[in-house]
Amino acid sequence: MTGRARFWPVLLALLIALSLEVAPLPAALEAWRPPWVALTVIYWAMLQPGRYGVGIAWLVGIVLDVLKGSILGQHALMLAVAAFLTIRFCQRLRVFPIWQKTIAVCAIVAVYTFIGFWIDGMTGDLEGSLLRLASIASALVVWPPLYWVSNRLLAPQAGR
Amino acid sequence: MFMRGPSLGTRLFLLGIFSVLLMFLDHREHHLEAVRHALSVAVYPVRLAVDLPSRGLSWVAESLSARGRLLDENRRLRDERMEFLARLQRLEALQAENTRLRALLDSAPRVADRVLVANILSVDLDPFQHRLVVDKGSSDGAYVGQAMLDAGGIVGQITRVEPYSSEAILISDPSHATPVEVNRNGLRSIAIGTGDSGHVNLPFLPNNADVRVGDLLVSSGLGGAFPPGYPVARVSGVERLPGEPFAKVVAEPTGALNREREVLLVWSRVSRPEASPEEETPPEAPGEPE
Repeated sequence: MTGRARFWPVLLALLIALSLEVAPLPAALEAWRPPWVALTVIYWAMLQPGRYGVGIAWLVGIVLDVLKGSILGQHALMLAVAAFLTIRFCQRLRVFPIWQKTIAVCAIVAVYTFIGFWIDGMTGDLEGSLLRLASIASALVVWPPLYWVSNRLLAPQAGR
Repeated sequence: MFMRGPSLGTRLFLLGIFSVLLMFLDHREHHLEAVRHALSVAVYPVRLAVDLPSRGLSWVAESLSARGRLLDENRRLRDERMEFLARLQRLEALQAENTRLRALLDSAPRVADRVLVANILSVDLDPFQHRLVVDKGSSDGAYVGQAMLDAGGIVGQITRVEPYSSEAILISDPSHATPVEVNRNGLRSIAIGTGDSGHVNLPFLPNNADVRVGDLLVSSGLGGAFPPGYPVARVSGVERLPGEPFAKVVAEPTGALNREREVLLVWSRVSRPEASPEEETPPEAPGEPE
């Protein structure tokens, strides 16, 4: 692991995730958009907890806030908490089989989503119904292939 | 950052406090516009990149469409243009007459509105809020509270201006209220978004109000955010419940919310100073701004 040179896969993954997070979807599917950036942050925090911790997650969150036009700090807090939970349970997560890992990731995404609710509720933007939970379900579906593809594509260079 | 610093929990705690502080400053005090401006220039390429595929697709569709269809469209547009020009001639006469009459009445003349075409970037901000991004910002003179129209009527207003793009709220957003009046008789009310781009509600009309299905609602100009006289919605349902103080009135926006690629930004100089940054508009202003 030699520092700087392996930074670009993370940057690339984050750029793709940021683009997917605001890419246009048909109206019926909009609520089902997986939390791409959160999944990416969780993935890298799980892979290299020493390098991509809560600080980086928080900075990514600020960028996401500006991109999505939410109040500054909302996604920052959500992502920092997600990264924190991942790192805290990372030693255990890493040895889990993939289905257990998926469930753990979904739990983290659920916490992430609920923090978003609370902030929306406090600022008076809370709209929508149970459909708001749809993104957790789509995270459940998206995580295994995402994990597999990322491991094949990115981790050989960046993993330990 | 924070490579060998405090423990993980402490770091999260500090960042949490910092986030809450940021949110407070941003939401309550609006102190962070400068930070947001700087960062928005950095994320603008992402927005453009996201918009690129759909723009490319429409370009491909345009360049591959058959010559015959283009000719047809051209002919149709030319016919429409003739028709509109004819109507415009009458409109100009009417406008002159209106100015004369207003001068007789000693009221301020309506100033012709200046408009600018803006493209909607196909960027989804939040599925539960009706917001969108347009490609004109403060460098084009856009301002917060500016009204946004399309061919059918009022679509929304700008809520945040960045150097090269702006965020706008649609009239169908649940936190948006549009001051309207019934075109037929001047009855004033407020149209509130429902979160469904096909409907707005008029919750403050009493049961005996003179409103019928099919009535056109135009912007009243109260509150100063929207220029008066543009169509907003058409009443699609009136339900009078004897037990309730207010009638249930539902209207369909005349503008193509969420379906249009282009919108018009309007500079209406009369009401510019009192344009409020937030979407809340007072239910009844004491005097007409016109």
